[in-house]
Amino acid sequence: MHDSSDSKGQSRRDFLRTGLGVAGGLALPVGFTSQAFAANEPPIGTWPAGSSGSAVNACACVPLTGSYAAQGADELKGMQLAVEHINEGHPLMKAISPKTTKGVLGKELKLLFADSAAKPNDAVQAAQRFISENKVILMTGSTSSAVAVAMNKLAQREKVLYMAGISGSNDTTGKDCVRYGVRQNFYGQTAAAAIGPVLVKQFGKNRKAAFMTPDYTYGHTVTKSVNDYLSQNAGWQMVTNQVSPLGTQDFSQYLTNIANSGAEFLINVNWGRDAVLSTQQAHQFGILPKMTLVIPYQIPFLSQEVGADIMQGVYAATDFWWTLEDKYPLSKQFVDAFQKKYNYRPEWGAENGYVSFAHWAHMVEEAGTFYPPAVIKTYEKGETLQSLVGPVSYRPQDHQCIRPVIIVKGKKPGDMKNKEDFWEVVEILPGAPLMQAPDAFGCKLGDYT
Amino acid sequence: MISWANFVSQLFNGLALGALLALISSGLTIIYGALGVLNLAHGAMFMLGGYAGYVAYSYTGSFVVAVITGALFLFIVGVVLERVVIRHFYKRPPEDQLLVTFGLAICFVETVRFFFESLSKTVPPPKIFAGITNLGFMFYPTYRLAVVGIVAVALLALFLMLYKTRLGLIVRAGIEDSVMVDSLGLNVDRVFMVVFGIGAMAAGFAGIVNAPVVSLAPDMGEAILVQTFVVVVIGGVGSFPGAILGGLIAGEIISLTSMVNPGYSYVMLFAAMTLVLVLRPHGLLGVRGRE
Repeated sequence: MHDSSDSKGQSRRDFLRTGLGVAGGLALPVGFTSQAFAANEPPIGTWPAGSSGSAVNACACVPLTGSYAAQGADELKGMQLAVEHINEGHPLMKAISPKTTKGVLGKELKLLFADSAAKPNDAVQAAQRFISENKVILMTGSTSSAVAVAMNKLAQREKVLYMAGISGSNDTTGKDCVRYGVRQNFYGQTAAAAIGPVLVKQFGKNRKAAFMTPDYTYGHTVTKSVNDYLSQNAGWQMVTNQVSPLGTQDFSQYLTNIANSGAEFLINVNWGRDAVLSTQQAHQFGILPKMTLVIPYQIPFLSQEVGADIMQGVYAATDFWWTLEDKYPLSKQFVDAFQKKYNYRPEWGAENGYVSFAHWAHMVEEAGTFYPPAVIKTYEKGETLQSLVGPVSYRPQDHQCIRPVIIVKGKKPGDMKNKEDFWEVVEILPGAPLMQAPDAFGCKLGDYT
Repeated sequence: MISWANFVSQLFNGLALGALLALISSGLTIIYGALGVLNLAHGAMFMLGGYAGYVAYSYTGSFVVAVITGALFLFIVGVVLERVVIRHFYKRPPEDQLLVTFGLAICFVETVRFFFESLSKTVPPPKIFAGITNLGFMFYPTYRLAVVGIVAVALLALFLMLYKTRLGLIVRAGIEDSVMVDSLGLNVDRVFMVVFGIGAMAAGFAGIVNAPVVSLAPDMGEAILVQTFVVVVIGGVGSFPGAILGGLIAGEIISLTSMVNPGYSYVMLFAAMTLVLVLRPHGLLGVRGRE
C-alpha cells in the first residue's frame, strides 16, 4: 500500500480536507463567520442579552426642551423615520443598506428616547437607564457636542456603540474620540475648510471679523477652526470674540462690544435658539446688515425663525439642504418620505439621524452579528457606502464619516419658490480634502473589549 | 483695551438691561414679600404672558392690545391659581411651596409647548419704536429705549399702588401681621388673592413687553427665573425697591464685565450675589428677619 504521508506525518487526505475547509470558510458570507466568531466571545456591554429576543432596542437622548429643543425634535424625527424604514425594509433604506430586509438581522428595531435638554448629565443618566433597564444595543442623539463627548465616554465604558447625533465639535472624533463612537455629520474643521475659501473668494483678504461663540466644546473648536483658516490663509483678523453661555437670552452686552469693535463681519457660531436670538438682536442693534453675517455651522430652522430678510446673502456650511433632491435621487426619496410623514421638509439634523441609522443597519447586516467589536470593525473597514449626498466612508482611525460639506447662501425673499426655500446650494465640496490628518486632534480610540 | 465709547455704551446698556430685570423681579418679590411664597412658576408666568400677548397680536396686529392681554390674562391666571392651589400652601412648609410652584411651572411650559411647539415666536415692536436711535456714543434699538420708559412707568404704578393706596396699606400691614389685620375686620384672604394676581400680572406684563427684544420660546422662563432670583437676593428678598436696585446692579455687572471678558458676565453676577449673601444676608434693601 502506498503511503501518502508527508515527512511531518500529515496525510494528503488531511491536507485536502483542511484546504477545502479553509476555502469553504472563505466562501461563506462574512456574517456567518462573524456570527460563529462572536458566538464564542464572552458577553460585552449589552451583548448578547440585548439581542437575544425578537426585537432589539436603541435609544436616543435628544434635547426636546431648552435652547436646542427645535433641532432635537427634528433630529429625532429623522431617526424615527429611519427605524420605521428599517423595520419595513423600505426601498430607500435598502439603497443605503442593501442587505436590510425587515428589521436588523431579522429582529425588529425599537427606538426609545429621552429628553436630554442638551445637558450632558441628563443625557448620560437617561442612557445609563436605557442600558440597564432596556439593554439597548445602540445609543444616539446629542445636538450638543458637550453631550456627544459625555456619551462617547459612557459608550466606551459600557461597551455599547454610540452614534453622535448633531455634533460639530472637533473633539467628538478628535481628542475625545472613542472606539465605541462614530459620527456621520460634518464638524468644525470641515466646516471651516469648506466655507473659508468661499469667504476669501467673495470678500477678499485682510478683513476684520467679530465672532460670537457659545461657551463649550462645539463653540470653541468651531471658532478656532474658522479663525485659523481665515487668519492663516487670508490675513483676516479676529477683532473680538464674544463668548456667551449656552441658553443666553439677552445678547445686548455682547453686541455692544461688537458694535464698537470695528468689525466688518459677524461670524456667529451660536447654535439653536441662541443663534436665533443673537442674530435677531444683532439686527435690532443695527449691526446687521452693517456687518456681513456668516454662519459657519448652519442651524436647522434658523432662517425660518429669523426670517429671509435677515438671512439673505448669508453664507453657511451645512450637512444637507432639501433642494439637494434635484441632484441626488436618494435625497429626493428621503425628502418626500419625511415630508409625507411630518408635513415639512427635513433639516440637516433629521438627515443626519436618518443616515446614521441607515449606516449602522448596513454595518450590522455586513457584520452578521450585533457583537459590538464586530460591528465596529465593519465601520473600520472604510468601505464606501451610500448616503443622501453620494458615496461616503468612515475613517478607521477616528470613526469620522468622510462626507461632502454643502455651502449654501441665503435667498432673497423674492427668489424663494416656497415658504421653505431659504437656501441656495452654492457648492458641494468632497469631504476628504477638508479633513485634518486623523491624528491631528489627538484621537486615540481605545480598546474593543 | 477698553475704549471710552464702549464703556459709556455698556454703562447705558446695563441700565436698559437692569430695567427689564427689575420689572421681571418686582412680581416675584411682591408675592414673596406679601405672601411668603417663593414662586418658582414666576419664570413660566413671564413666558405665559408673552404667549398670551403673542396670540392677541396674531389676531389684532395691535401691540397695545397684546400688552393688555398679556397682563390681564396673567392677572386672571394668578387669581385663579391663588384660589385653587396656592392658598392651601400658605401654612405648609416652604419646600411644599417650592414643589407646587415648580410643578405648576412645568405644566405651564409643557402646555405651551404642546400648542406652539419649540420654534420661536416673534412679536414685532410697535412701529413708532421700530428701528435704531443714534445716541451720539452708540446706536441703540429704539424699542429697548422705549422699554426703559415703559418699565419706569410700570414700576412707578406698582410703587404708588403699594405705598399710596388703601390696598397697598393693607398689603403692607398684612406682611407685618396678618392676624392683626384680620382681627380688624379686613378680609386678608381677598387681599392675598389680589396680591398674587398683581404679582402674576407683573410677570405677564414683563413677558409681553420683553417679547420684541427676545422672541418667545416655551423654555424662556427658566433662565429668567434664575436671574430674577439673583436680582431679588441682591436687592433684598421681599423688598420692592430692592428689586429695582438689584435689577440695575445686575444689569451693570453683566454689561460692564463683558467689556473685560464676556465669558465672565454671569460668573460675576453670581459672585456679586455670593458677596451680598455673605456680607448682608437680607440683601441690600431687605428687612432683617424676612430673609
